Amino acid sequence: MINNKQPLMWLPRVLVMLGVFLFLYVPLLLLIVNSFNANRYGFQWDGFSWQWYLKLFNNEGLKVAAGHSLVVAMLASTVSVLIGSLTAVALFRYQFRGKQVLQSGLFVVMMTPDIVMAIALLALFATIGIKLGFISLLLAHITFCLPFVVASVYARLRGFDHNIIDAARDLGATDAVIFRRILVPLAMPAIIGGWLLAFTLSLDDVIVSSFVTGPGYEILPLRIQSMVRVGVSPEVNALATLLLAGSLLLVTLSQWLTWRAGRARPQSV
Amino acid sequence: MSNDRLFRQLSIGLISGWLIVFVLLPNLMVLLVSVLTHDPERLVQFTFSLDSYRRLFDPLYARVVWDSLLLAATATLLCLLMAYPFARAIVALPRSWRPVALFLLILPFWTNSLIRTYALKNVLGAKGLVNQGLMAVGIIDEPLQLLFTEVAVVLGLVYILLPFMVFPIYASIDKLDLRLLEAAKDLGANALQRFIRVELPLTKPGIIAGSLLVFLPAMGMFYVSDLLGGAKHILVGNLIQTQFLKVRDWPFGAAASVTLTVLMGLMLLAYWRASRAIGRKGGELDD
Repeated sequence: MINNKQPLMWLPRVLVMLGVFLFLYVPLLLLIVNSFNANRYGFQWDGFSWQWYLKLFNNEGLKVAAGHSLVVAMLASTVSVLIGSLTAVALFRYQFRGKQVLQSGLFVVMMTPDIVMAIALLALFATIGIKLGFISLLLAHITFCLPFVVASVYARLRGFDHNIIDAARDLGATDAVIFRRILVPLAMPAIIGGWLLAFTLSLDDVIVSSFVTGPGYEILPLRIQSMVRVGVSPEVNALATLLLAGSLLLVTLSQWLTWRAGRARPQSV
Repeated sequence: MSNDRLFRQLSIGLISGWLIVFVLLPNLMVLLVSVLTHDPERLVQFTFSLDSYRRLFDPLYARVVWDSLLLAATATLLCLLMAYPFARAIVALPRSWRPVALFLLILPFWTNSLIRTYALKNVLGAKGLVNQGLMAVGIIDEPLQLLFTEVAVVLGLVYILLPFMVFPIYASIDKLDLRLLEAAKDLGANALQRFIRVELPLTKPGIIAGSLLVFLPAMGMFYVSDLLGGAKHILVGNLIQTQFLKVRDWPFGAAASVTLTVLMGLMLLAYWRASRAIGRKGGELDD
């Protein structure tokens, strides 16, 4: 496909790229600019102001919701990384009955629309009598994060040489030792990447959360939802800017880890 | 050795158990609920009935389902039309630049999708950037009603879901064996023929995977149609949400969800068949 012999062949490509990136970024940039705009409606620039940030920091309900979201995201991503890494290792190392089913199952969970998962989990919690709130939210978030963590860790393990494990076995290492001392350190970049991905998925989720949390445990996306629904709310611009800065940090970190992992493993495909 | 068995059983058992309890069981419950009868007092009544499925074809709801399918399909098509040339443009970049382009594509995906929807809402409003721009250029005299229309909902879905279309397509174009295109060229195929007869069929798994990742979530994203489409009932997601959380008619909501799941099954089947077919023809594919 790389064919730069014809003149101006690159022009449509550049235009396509430019178009897509403008489409993706202009609305977000506007949001950031308006978070510093003294004008409430943001139709024109009325001078620089911190007032929306100040309002944001004085919004107690929002702070509580943000705290809840962070706690759930931290716990959900940690638990899904623990279970997910074990799963990825099992898929990589063992042949067992139902392996194909397990792999397809994880793939299907990844593909399942959020709304379908949301009502299924609601039905479960209602039936077994788990009160909607922190616990139900956490269990739900772990469930939708799991397949992504498995995929991330498994993709890295697949590039490894099985001989490392055979060598360790010959030297007397048990499976648990091989897991802790060899596979986990080797897959660490993917494990951290998986954790970050799970963390963001959890923080971002609106659909599943709106079904499985109760009034006593409000989380950030749902709070944002009620804020933006009522109309113009410049605090949201400030909040968005902060969240954007946070995710920029996270995504840079995870990309850097992937990049470093790629360099450390030149033989991989 | 028994420790090893324990470790092995623990790792396989943990995930299997989790999926059975939190995926298989709940979905079976939804399936069961969908064939029961609605009871305003106790949520469901244990009487078998296919009424909920029949109601999906009731003109009132069939319209919602149909509109929703149409909106999701339009968004998917639009994503495809943007993502394919975009993915090709990325593949055409020098190898060292590609991660940068992909990074720029994922970056917005890592931010809260509600906030992205809100950002788009500001751009589409009567005094938003689009209207102000068009008026400044002189194409229109009065602001267009973009917000709270179906156009806005489609744009919102595209805005949120575009990366999900780009990635699988990018992967399949990247994997494309360029020698096949050269061979087609040597055999006298022109650019259009090469694209339609060679490139498109070989990247079909990517196209289907991308469509799957856009189409299915699109039908469920009730908050996009809430924010951009006004309070109108236009996505299956809104329907399910209302039935479950407001009207509390669980069997009907469950039936709508099961229908969505069946749709997903069909699309997955198409995806697996397409990738298998290409695997057989000797294309480069491993999953």
